[in-house]
Amino acid sequence: MQIHTFKPDLPPPALSVGVIGWLRANLFSSWFNSLLTLFAAYLVWLIVPPLIQWALIDADWVGTTRADCTSGGACWVFVQQRFGQFMYGFYPTELRWRVDLTLWLAIIGAAPLFVPQMPRKALYGLGFLVIYPLLAYWLLHGGFFGLSTVSTSQWGGLMLTLVIAAVGIAGALPLGIMLALGRRSDLPAIRVICVTFIEFWRGVPLITVLFMSSVMLPLFLPEGMSFDKLMRALIGVILFQSAYIAEVVRGGLQAIPKGQYEAAAAMGLGYWRMMGLVILPQALKLVIPGIVNTFIALFKDTSLVIIIGLFDLLNSIKQATTDPAWLGMATEGYVFAALVFWIFCFGMSRYSLHLERKLDTGHKR
Amino acid sequence: MQTTVNAPRPGGSVWTDPKVRAWLFQILAVIAVVALGWFLFDNTQTNLEKRGIISGFSFLNNSAGFGIAQHLIDYNESHSYGRVFFVGLLNTLLVSVIGIVLATLLGFILGVARLSPNWLISKLATIYIETFRNIPPLLQIFFWYFAVMLSLPGPRQSMGIADSFFLNSRGLYMPSPIPSENFAPFFGAIVVAVIGIVLLSRWSKKRFEATGKFFPISLGAIPLLIVLPGLAVLLTGNPLQWSIPELSGFNFRGGWVLIPELMALTLALTIYTAAFIAENVRSGIMAVSHGQTEAARSLGLPAGKTLRLVIIPQALRVIIPPLTSQYLNLAKNSSLAAGIGYPDMVSLFAGTVLNQTGQAIEVIAITMSVYLAISISISMLMNWYNKRIALIER
Repeated sequence: MQIHTFKPDLPPPALSVGVIGWLRANLFSSWFNSLLTLFAAYLVWLIVPPLIQWALIDADWVGTTRADCTSGGACWVFVQQRFGQFMYGFYPTELRWRVDLTLWLAIIGAAPLFVPQMPRKALYGLGFLVIYPLLAYWLLHGGFFGLSTVSTSQWGGLMLTLVIAAVGIAGALPLGIMLALGRRSDLPAIRVICVTFIEFWRGVPLITVLFMSSVMLPLFLPEGMSFDKLMRALIGVILFQSAYIAEVVRGGLQAIPKGQYEAAAAMGLGYWRMMGLVILPQALKLVIPGIVNTFIALFKDTSLVIIIGLFDLLNSIKQATTDPAWLGMATEGYVFAALVFWIFCFGMSRYSLHLERKLDTGHKR
Repeated sequence: MQTTVNAPRPGGSVWTDPKVRAWLFQILAVIAVVALGWFLFDNTQTNLEKRGIISGFSFLNNSAGFGIAQHLIDYNESHSYGRVFFVGLLNTLLVSVIGIVLATLLGFILGVARLSPNWLISKLATIYIETFRNIPPLLQIFFWYFAVMLSLPGPRQSMGIADSFFLNSRGLYMPSPIPSENFAPFFGAIVVAVIGIVLLSRWSKKRFEATGKFFPISLGAIPLLIVLPGLAVLLTGNPLQWSIPELSGFNFRGGWVLIPELMALTLALTIYTAAFIAENVRSGIMAVSHGQTEAARSLGLPAGKTLRLVIIPQALRVIIPPLTSQYLNLAKNSSLAAGIGYPDMVSLFAGTVLNQTGQAIEVIAITMSVYLAISISISMLMNWYNKRIALIER
């Protein structure tokens, strides 16, 4: 009996594997692709080396004044010297620990919510949402229980940006959910009121809303009742953002099959219990990524408070660049601001993608 | 959605009847809204009286008394606030339209580039998109205005191209055409050529549907567009004269100028919105299943026609609705002009005019209704287009 022995496999052609193969498949698969690759490579060569040269190699990192920036690259000394102002605005230096403590409390307090095995998460979360804002207000504003008052006109920098974004979303979320329920209601009068409200705020730019809340709110309120600038901006932001949240939540409500409503009604649940126990828990879970995206938009929109003269991160940097001692540092300042905003927004958008994947369970058939 | 159990419970009181409750809730809601409205109105009346502000729109006829850096219609300081309103409105529309056109072009290119099989191109497009959509638009406007435009050299050291385009910190200067007396026949020739091309394309389509024979329209269109106006120029002479900007004293004279505010605003809005449009385009193209491409190729359509006749029409159906909201966002974001003093609707009218006249309610009401009107018209236009290209089902 003859025994067949297979010859060993030939190695694949050198041009289709390894680095060369990858290059051929991904960069030079046709003459048009090769041209595009060369063009893109030229573009990268044009932009990246000078950028690195400016931002890292030629940059000045240490010093105290403008005179220390001699090498011709970026002058990061400017950002370093004004870092406190960019983060805290005009918050008194000796009281800045209160801002730090508020932030740490938020991180430590919210951390258990991200642990999947945590028992009674909903109860804890609710308690946190009730207690933390009071605590944060006491720490940041003070004025009672032995802490001295720091008026909101002294707030600024990244801290103010975060305060506006956090209060904005916390206020807009419940209002937005109510508006979404109203828009889906069977009662025509309530539906009309909610649709008008939502479409009005969605149709106008945030700037005009801020203008309105800063110049018209004092006219709308009775004599003797007045808000400070920050409060006015917050009211404008909350009303504006609630309309966008309402549309996001409405998408979730529409995605819940009719059978869920009918089953809840058949169990004898009234409107509020049907919504609270059956519909909203499912709908809100569906729209969490949408809410995070709305929050990212809100976070970027907080920079508009510059228009009514609040000193958020962007405005603090803008003010610092007009300081005669640091003229000509606009590029460094804005690049730093862009970096801070980018880290927050990019981080949140990644988190939203992660949530989308994690929550994408059981709704696809 | 609500429970639809309509029969009252036997023995239940009238308050547990769903119909009665529905009416009650609605009446209460309407009363609450009316009461809130009345409360605000009453307070406003009292406050206005106390401050001695006379409400009404008569201030629109008063003379404005301030100059405006860019006006598309004739304007000087003696003109009225009403005219300031139109100047601002036109400037807002100008920046919105330019921004929408450029952002759409850039966005489509980037969206396709992100799906490109070319690794380098798709990575570059991804980096662009992830960078620019995560930076606030106002910050981008500030960057282009304060860090780039204002740090350009002054008029005397301006960067020139071909001695007719000049870029400096006062803006971009370029030659402007001035029609001479020979312009009418030239313009007439162009109109005739365009009409000819339209007729030609109609004829070729009819013939294609009747006989299946294909006639390349460009074969007729390009000669038509060159020959007719060319003939007009040869017969009557030069139809246009160019006004070329020239340095005189400390600034340029003549030609057109794009003010730096306009350039910074357009650049920032285009770059920002293009990143979002690119994502819409990408998801639209990805929504067309690969089977469509394979089916088109197996019918014998070449790659270009596959894209043009099969992929793009289907992708557009997915792209149009989110594209509409991007256009709306761009129009609304153009109000960020107030941050750098570009004379748009908000900075001129809700800024300067409001400060000068103190007519807060009227000014804000007018501004808001203009933006509502712009939003509604853009969404109506896009809905009409969406309906036109939507899939017609049974």
